[in-house]
Parts: sequence; structure tokens; C-alpha cells
Amino acid sequence: MSSPGPSTASRGSGFVHRRRRGAELVLLLLSLVVGVGAYAAVGLGVDGTLPVDLLTHGLWLTVLLLGCHVVLRRFAAYADPVLLPIVGALNGLGLAMIHRIDLGRQARNPDAAAFASTQLIWMTLGAILFATVLVVLRDHRRLQAFTYTAGLAAIVLLLLPLVPGLGRTINGSRIWIGIGPLSFQPGEVAKVLLVVAFAGYLVLHRDALALAGRRLLFVDLPRGRDLGPILGMWLVSLGILVFQRDLGSSLLFFGLFLVMLYVATERPGWLVVGGSMFAVGAYLGYLSLGHVQTRVAAWLDPFDPDVNAYQLVQGLYGMGWGGLVGRGLGQGQPQITPLGFSDFIIASMGEELGLTGVMAIILLYGILVERALRTALICRDNFGKLMATGLGVVFALQVFVVIGGVTRLIPLTGLTTPFLSQGGSSLVANWAIVALLLRISDQARRPPPELVAGDDELDSDATQVVNLR
Amino acid sequence: MNRPIRAMSVGCLLLFAALLLNATYVQYWQADDLTSLSEHPDNIRVRDAEFARERGSILVRGRAVAESNPSDDAYEFQRTYPRALQYAHLTGYFTRDNGLGGVEATRNSILSGSDSALFVNRVVDLADNEDPKGGSVSLTIDPQAQQAAYDGLQALGDDVQGSVVAIEPSTGKILAMVSNPTFDPNRLATHDFSAAGAYKTRLLEGGGASPLNNKAIEGVLPPGSTFKLVTAAAALESGDYDPESSVPGGARLDLPQTSTDLINDGGGSCGGEEITLTRALEVSCNVSFGSVGLDLGADALREQAEKFGFGTRTFSDLDDALTRQAVSRFPEDPDDPQTALSAIGQYDVAATPLQMAMVAAGIANDGTVMRPYLVDETLSPKLETIERTEPEEMPDQPAMDAASARDLRQMMVSVVENGTARTAAIPGVEVGGKTGTAQSAPDRPPYAWFVSLAPAQTPSVAVAVLVQDAGVERNEISGSGLAAPVARAVMEAVVGR
Repeated sequence: MSSPGPSTASRGSGFVHRRRRGAELVLLLLSLVVGVGAYAAVGLGVDGTLPVDLLTHGLWLTVLLLGCHVVLRRFAAYADPVLLPIVGALNGLGLAMIHRIDLGRQARNPDAAAFASTQLIWMTLGAILFATVLVVLRDHRRLQAFTYTAGLAAIVLLLLPLVPGLGRTINGSRIWIGIGPLSFQPGEVAKVLLVVAFAGYLVLHRDALALAGRRLLFVDLPRGRDLGPILGMWLVSLGILVFQRDLGSSLLFFGLFLVMLYVATERPGWLVVGGSMFAVGAYLGYLSLGHVQTRVAAWLDPFDPDVNAYQLVQGLYGMGWGGLVGRGLGQGQPQITPLGFSDFIIASMGEELGLTGVMAIILLYGILVERALRTALICRDNFGKLMATGLGVVFALQVFVVIGGVTRLIPLTGLTTPFLSQGGSSLVANWAIVALLLRISDQARRPPPELVAGDDELDSDATQVVNLR
Repeated sequence: MNRPIRAMSVGCLLLFAALLLNATYVQYWQADDLTSLSEHPDNIRVRDAEFARERGSILVRGRAVAESNPSDDAYEFQRTYPRALQYAHLTGYFTRDNGLGGVEATRNSILSGSDSALFVNRVVDLADNEDPKGGSVSLTIDPQAQQAAYDGLQALGDDVQGSVVAIEPSTGKILAMVSNPTFDPNRLATHDFSAAGAYKTRLLEGGGASPLNNKAIEGVLPPGSTFKLVTAAAALESGDYDPESSVPGGARLDLPQTSTDLINDGGGSCGGEEITLTRALEVSCNVSFGSVGLDLGADALREQAEKFGFGTRTFSDLDDALTRQAVSRFPEDPDDPQTALSAIGQYDVAATPLQMAMVAAGIANDGTVMRPYLVDETLSPKLETIERTEPEEMPDQPAMDAASARDLRQMMVSVVENGTARTAAIPGVEVGGKTGTAQSAPDRPPYAWFVSLAPAQTPSVAVAVLVQDAGVERNEISGSGLAAPVARAVMEAVVGR
């Protein structure tokens, strides 16, 4: 991002990244304008007046985001300045849309639950976790010590919903656990733990896994004896598909592992092997699992009266109704679409903010992923590279799978839209992911220790002048 | 590891590009299809939005017969029909859950404002931040004629099934179209949706006799003696006959190849073994027209009928989910006795009231039948004309030459002055007419037809009236008794202006 001044370059350190916390603050204020503005627009659109709690809602958002900003200034001064504002804007937009659909549902049924206030509490928890991660975890490499712990924890978390009495089936998928009135999706936390576990494991074993086996059509295939880990992961993914009926998570976990394996070993052969295994698994799943067949049939022809694709069709109607510029916040009918506030929130965005809004949101995700992969590129240690890649790819895959599913690019699989969808587990986990990314990027962008004369000099005017030139 | 990371970046870029392209496809290219109610009638968003929009009015001579008035509920506007019963089959109905009917359906894009002709208006509304308004539709109806037709049918009794069509012969404009029993579109358009649904269900219970059924266009029945006008037209066109030609007028006509005879209504003779063609029409002589039909042959009769519009669908201004103009027909390949029966409008000849009005209109317009139409103009929300319907001839015109048409008009005048249709006479106006009484099935009461035009020299209106199930004794049912007074009232309304 920042171009090195000539004198900086002559110091022999290559890039010296600027902290750019001021830029972050400006972007953060912009994202607050988006989030709070959307909330105000919902009130204007639905009731014709500003929402009564606009001030408290706006202040709450501002305090949370500025709090995160202060934590970054203090504990990760060199972290990427774009990530937090993107997350802030997406989260603010999501809150506004969830609130809008609350109003739409309550117009029909005054007793309908309000999700927006709960979501704000989850966002607060997410921000607290964000701060905690950054304060407690001063160096991401310390996570490497927890490679197997994280892996074990992830597996336990994934299995928890299958425990009788604890697991709950919601909307056809057994991916929830319930304790009293609270329900939680452990898979979302497992996502983060899996990235840590994969990164730690692959850093250690990348050399062995990179050994070439048979060569087929310009591609070196891996050796047969190294297939163990990927086979294991394949079976875990199939297990999630069969026993938890969760197409999205299954795809996400396997894709994540495959990409990290490829990046660690630099062997495209793994993509060939993994891709073939994915194709086999998907085909087997299609042949034997009714819920997969239903999804594929709905994808191929949702308007066929024999196909039960009500949700998908209503989502498409909403997006078509929104057109280029949308109906305006509060002026569409996104509450018609089932789960228009969670899995199908992008369809609700498309209805009220139009293609313009959907493109903006997709681009925000695109930038988020780009910043994550850029962090991976400049990261100095392999564990950090792998983690940043994994965390970025989690976002990319998840966004592709859920938005692609809702817009009928691929068959629909249930996943949350990061930061937008209603749902506590997902939101908190994603805030943690961003905290980890920022920690890695802080490490990556921080000037190498031997070249740093001291914090005082970095903050001195002389350095600033050099950097600004 | 940077090389695979860069490769992954490109991969992610492709994924996001695919998402962007696909969103563009759904929300731009596919949007029109997704929001078209004809493609996706289950699209509640579009349905609700159209229901809440300020629709244009349906106008008759500048007065609304369907209009949108502000309402203080969620839908903002309530569709109301000021003269609901009288215009029900023309305006049709505009409902949230039960579809659209009549002109509300056929001109929906104009009324709702979504028509491409209103594109500029929509852009202006968008720029002015006003809700888009619909355009208006102006009908060809003459309100006095419509009133007269409605009152005339109502006077026969609530249960009377019947219909009236009046046409301006020189243009094809429909001046009146009434079908009885009628219904109240206000009760379908109400925002009390369960009541609207219940009302629609009740209306549909009658099946073909449903009040929603527009008897003027939707059903065909044997036209009976009114079809003798077509036979007479064919006779004059053949060149072998003129109004003074002698035709058989005895008590019975021996039908070839059968042991039965064709007899006159009442069984007597028509006033002699040989009478003139004019006299035959005056007394509606079955024997005369049966033998003329035999003489001309089925092909000549069919050809004449088709020139008047039989065999084609000509009118689509009221097409909706339930309504289509029925095609009037002349039998395909009748043998001789069937031809004789067809020539007097029995056997398998069947016509709509609209078709019989077109026969009269063709005779009135010196032999040229004009295509009937109901929508005169479509108007922008500012009442500027978007499109005006131009009168056009039916295919294969003229149906008869002008001289024959004038002769036939004179013969029809004789029917009113000296024959079976005296009840249609209007003092000071030369009226031409023809009665008909026909029977569709032996166990069902016959029904009465009346077809007329006025003034005979330069006709400005042609009328067809059909009265079914009048609830009167069988022998009292006749065109002149029941139907002719209704036609007279309609003609008076048009001519008397």
C-alpha cells in the first residue's frame, strides 16, 4: 500500500509499512455512516420517522467500533487499516436489515421475536472477543503450540450436535447445540480452530506432503502414502453431510483444507486429487441423500411446480423486484422470503438496496479476502501465511457458497453470510477471525525488529516526513 | 508459498466475478421476467404493489366507471366502480387474490402504468419522487344506450338471463354491451379479502350461467329467425332474388331425403303459395327461407355468414382468464334438410349476440362490416392520448353490395311497419328489425332474439338483444314481445340525441 520513500528503501529493509491508523479512523467513520444511516433509512422507510432508538443504536455502534479502533492503535498499530471498517460497515448494514425484517414480521404478527437487539448483543460479544484476542495474543505464532489441541477441540465441537439431548435440529440441519434457551452453532467456532490446526499441521508436514509421486499430464500427483490426512478430512466432511445434513459446512471444511494443503505444498496435484475426491463425494451424496437431490432439483428449475423451492423463488422474486437500485430500505417486502434475515439476507439486500447494494456488499467481501491474502503474502512466517490464507479462504468460500446459492449460481446450501446474517455463533466467530487476521497483519507489516530503533523514534516527526514524501 | 497464494487470489477473484455477474443476471436481465405477473402469478410483491398503485380510470365519455380512490389502509388506494352493475362485464374487476377481469385485465399495463408507452412518465415520476400513476382507458360506450340496455333487461326481472349489444355501424364502436345477471365488481375489489374470495366463489358457482359470464360474447346459441337476414342477404347477393321475387309461402316445405316437413311457426301458411321475399321476411316465413336456403345451397349461406364474421374471433378487448369471445358458426357440411333448417337459424347454426349485432351493423353500413371494438383511446396520466383505435373493416369485405344492403334495410323496415316487429317502432324514426325465437333443446324454454337498426336510411346504431329464461310462459316468449322493446329503448337513446 504505502510506497517506501527513497531513504527508507536505502535503509535496506525493503518495505516499511505505515501504520495508517488515521486512514482507518476515517474509513471507520464512513462505515458508521453506512450502518447508522441504513438504520435511520429503515425507520424512515417503514414508519416515515426516524427510529426512536436511533441515537442509542448509533452511539452503541460507534462505541463498539471506535473501541476496536483504540484497541488496534494500542495493541496492533501496524495492522491492516481496511479490515475493521469493512467489518463495521457489513455488521451495521446487517443490523439495519435484521431490524427492518423484524419490523416487517411484527407488522403481521406483533408477537414475533425481534432479532436485531439480540444481534447487537452478539456483536458486542464479538467486539469484546476481538479485543481480547488482540490483547491476549501478542504473537500469532504462539497458536502453533495449540495445533493438536485446536484440532481435537474442533472435532469435539463438530460432534457435539450429534450428542443426544444436547444437539438440536433446526431447519433440517443438526448443527446446533442447545443449553436452556440458548442455541449455538459449534461448527462456526470449529471453523477458526480448524484453520489453526491445519496451519500448524501443514507447516510441520509440508515437506513430506510436497514430495512428488506419479506424474500425470504435467501435474505431479502426491504419493499414495501421503493421502492419509486428506482422506481423513474427506471422511469428516462426508460425515457432516450425512449425519448433520449440512451441505454448506461440509463443502466449506473440505475446500478449506484442500486450499491450505495446496498453498503449503505448492503442489497443484493436491487440487487434482482433492477435486476428484470432492466430485466423487458430491456424486455419492447426490445419489444417496434425499436432501441433496432436493437442493439440486430446486437449483435446476425452481419454478417447476413439482419442486419445493419456495424460499429460493421468493428470494429471486425479491432480487428481481429490487432491480438495479432497489425498492429502498423499508419499502420492499423482504419478510416474505423465509429466513430473509439470515441465510437469505443477501436477497433482502438485493430487494431493498438493489443490484447496486449487492455489488457493493460483494465487493466489500472481495476486498476483505484480498486484504487477507495480501497479509498472507507479506507475512514472514509460514504458519502466519497459512493461517491468513486459510482465514481469507474461509470468507471467500463461505460468501461464494451462500451468495451463489441464494442467487442460483450453484445449488443452495445453508450457510450464514459473514457479518450480515442474524446468528450469534457465526458473528462472534467471524469477529475472532478478523482479530486473528489483524494480529497476523500487524506482525507482517511491523518493521523487522532489528531495524526498529525504538517506538519513540518511529513516532517522531522525522520519520513521518520521510514516509509522507 | 507465495506462488500458490497468488494463484488462490486469482481463484477468489474468479469466484467473486462469478457472483457479480450472476447477481447482474438476476437483478438486471432476469428482473423483468421475475416481476411479470403473467410469467409468475405467485409473485406476491408485484401483486401487492400493483394492488397498492394509483391505477388509471376507465372512462365513458369522460366519466369514470372504474377509478382508484385513496384509502387509509395499507394498500393506499381502493378501486371503486361507480356504476358497478351496469358496467361490470366491461370494466371487469381488479382484485388482489382473484385475478383481473375485463378491461382491467386487457389494458392492465396502461392502467397500472407499467406499459412501455408510459416509460417517460415513469421516469418523470421517479425524478419528481412521485409514486408512478397509471394511464386511463376510454371506452366507446354511449352511456345513455348502456343505461337503456341495462334498464330494459332489468325491467324483465332479476332472474332474466339476457344480453344486449349495440354497435355504431360506420365504425364498429360498441355503444352498449350488457349481460344479465350481473355482479358487483366493488365486492371483488374490496380490501376485505376473505369477503372478496367468498363473493368470487359464489359468483362462479353457477358455472356457465355465472353472473361473471358475459352472455353478449361468451356463448353461442341458435339465432333462430334473425338468421333469415343472412339468408336474405345471400339471396340478394346471388343476383337471383330481389325484394319482390316470388318465393314459396305455403304451410309446409317437403324436406328432401326425409319424411318430415318444415312448417311455419303456428303451422299455417304465410299468406299464399307464392309470396314476395319482403313479405316472407315480414312474417318470418320458415317455408320461404327454407326453400331459398335449399336453392342457394349451404356453401353460399356459409360464405355469406362468414363475411358477416361467423367462424372468426374478432373481438379481444375483454379477454381475461375467464372470458373469450365464442366463435359463431354455420354447420360444416349439412345435407339438404339440414341446410333448410340452417337457413332459418336452427339446426347447428349458432351465434353470439355480438355476432348478430355485427350482421345488423353490416347491413346498416351499406354492406361493410366493421371490426367491433370497445376501447376507444388509451390516455396518459395527464390525459394525453397515447393510442386511439382506428376503425377497420373485417376481412373479406364488403359482405354485400351497397344496393342489396339498402334493399335489405328496406325489407327490415317493412318487418317493423307491417310484420312481426311492430313493438320496435319509434315514432318519427324509420326502424328496421327482425325477430327471432329459437329453441336449443326441447326440454328448455325457447329464447327470444331481436336484431335491429335505425334510422334505416342512414343508420347510426345496430342492436342485437337476446333474452333467455325470462320466466314467462312458453307461448309468450317471442322476439317481438320481450326483446324488441329493449332494442327500441337502446335505439331511442342513440338516435334521440
